[in-house]
Amino acid sequence: MRKLTALGVAAAILVVAALVAAFVGAADLNPLDTAAALLDRALPFLHLPSGLSPLDRAVLFQIRLPRVVLGAIVGGVLALAGAGYQGVFRNPLVDSGTLGASAGAGLGATLAIVYLGGAGPQAVPVAAFAGSLTGVAVAYLTGTAAGRHTVLGGGVATLLLAGIAVGSFLTAVQTFLLQRSASDIQAVYSWLLGSLSAASWQQVTTILPYAAVSSAVILLHGRHLDVLSVGDEEARTLGLRPGMVRLIVVAASALAAASAVAVSGLIGFVGIVIPHVARRLAGPSYTSVLPLSLLTGAAFLVLADTLARTVLSPAELPIGVVTALVGAPAFVWVLRGTSSVTT
Amino acid sequence: MAAAPVTDVRVADVSVTLDRVPVLDAVSCAVSGGGWLALIGPNGAGKTTLIRAMAGLVPYAGTVSVGAAEARAMRPRERARLLAYVPQEPVLPPDLTVGQYVLLGRTPHLGYLAAPGGHDRRRALAAMERVDVARFAARRLARLSGGERQRVVIARALAGDPRVLLLDEPTSMLDVGHEQQVLELVDVLRREAGLTVVSTLHDLTVAGQYADQLVLLDDGRVVASGSPAAVLTEPLIESVYAARVRVMPGDDGHPVVAPVRHQGGAAGILPGASPGLPG
Repeated sequence: MRKLTALGVAAAILVVAALVAAFVGAADLNPLDTAAALLDRALPFLHLPSGLSPLDRAVLFQIRLPRVVLGAIVGGVLALAGAGYQGVFRNPLVDSGTLGASAGAGLGATLAIVYLGGAGPQAVPVAAFAGSLTGVAVAYLTGTAAGRHTVLGGGVATLLLAGIAVGSFLTAVQTFLLQRSASDIQAVYSWLLGSLSAASWQQVTTILPYAAVSSAVILLHGRHLDVLSVGDEEARTLGLRPGMVRLIVVAASALAAASAVAVSGLIGFVGIVIPHVARRLAGPSYTSVLPLSLLTGAAFLVLADTLARTVLSPAELPIGVVTALVGAPAFVWVLRGTSSVTT
Repeated sequence: MAAAPVTDVRVADVSVTLDRVPVLDAVSCAVSGGGWLALIGPNGAGKTTLIRAMAGLVPYAGTVSVGAAEARAMRPRERARLLAYVPQEPVLPPDLTVGQYVLLGRTPHLGYLAAPGGHDRRRALAAMERVDVARFAARRLARLSGGERQRVVIARALAGDPRVLLLDEPTSMLDVGHEQQVLELVDVLRREAGLTVVSTLHDLTVAGQYADQLVLLDDGRVVASGSPAAVLTEPLIESVYAARVRVMPGDDGHPVVAPVRHQGGAAGILPGASPGLPG
């Protein structure tokens, strides 16, 4: 029941966060009117009078709402992918970017910005998406190939080491490109720090299918990740195929993270910290940690983005800065009472 | 527990090579359903490798059959439903509760996307009650003592309703009292539920007390096999272990193997030679 309580609380927090995010911003919208307008739109057959002007309605439905929804999707899948990776690797320190994903996305975005000139901005999401998946694929293939020839037997340590190697290599290539093209540094770094400022319904509908399918696949593997927590060998003697489970969860997590990165840039911290918060709230079983990470990550990023666009309004803080500035102290506070941090 | 069909285990000409080093060389042995086979031998003899081959964890040449079927031909889940394997050092995720951990033992019975249901929870609870750990089902694994941990691991193995228990040094971490408790428990399980037990045991006297059949391995080969009285003999043990021992008949007829210390070249136990030594 602890699991259901935690899920209910997280869902409630997400709804409140979304409401707050909808009426806070540069154009002040009346909270009651905003709620009425949202309910009017959400519930058929119900017509609520709302005091919002046509301009306010446009701000709400064309600017605020897509950004809130996009933030929820991005935060949710980053946290879920991070939890998936932590389960697969039985390691509390990995996140959605570990296996070459962030470095690949960074290189892809840099290539688009540096070489595509005027077409760059449109190409960045696709390039980041492709780069992220390519990074994971290369790391996974080299890791499993190398594992066959070592005492580690293709286990998780070899995969993680391959991820670190591939990540370092791709980052080095990216740094080299940037150093040769100093005029693009500003554009690349603002992308690297993450932002939801370009959010639109079109972005939402573009990433939703990837995010939904990959999230469903990860959520269905909570029990398998619990079995993997006793190690590959014992999992095998329980009739599980650890390599297959690992491949499925890594592929789904890579797809989830790539779809998030494509529209938001590199947003750190969510993928590593939120799963630990979920563990603190509902215990170590991945059947709880996965859905709770999805909800908590969504709520966290919606709130972080609200801060990012209001604190220095009308200027915006990079959301990656906010997630770490707010998230790091909060995480330390969460860890304080933790007797052991394990996956 | 309802009487269930007993399941024989047969190992025929099993050879294992690890990193190009031959570890087992044409090992054959068998245990009939409901029996207890103990693998004994010095460190590095291949006991653990043999039990791991039976569990399907290392590639091998030769055949391992469980009941009428050959283990190699079974699908992983099918094999896991028949054979439960308890490694020497099981991985116990510290934050998992005893109940969650024991429920993992139901994995072989669950379809790929199925969640454990009421029946699975009842079997897990029955397994916990069987080994008397149901009282602390909500306790975290990190909070267990050594004896409790071993019982919990056995509960996980039993939760899958296996026909064969493969135990690698089930008592190496336990004191003599807890060792007896765990081995008595395994013995009761095999008598009442007809479980077939294959275990490695390093203590020769203990092996002789509980197993009805011993296989003595040395350097990857079977040196002797048969009843405890036939295998636990002074010449065999002294040659295989390079140890000096005295084998005496115990009260219940099982042989007792006592190590004997060299004392100034004199053989045998000298009564009163070392009184008052702390022990």
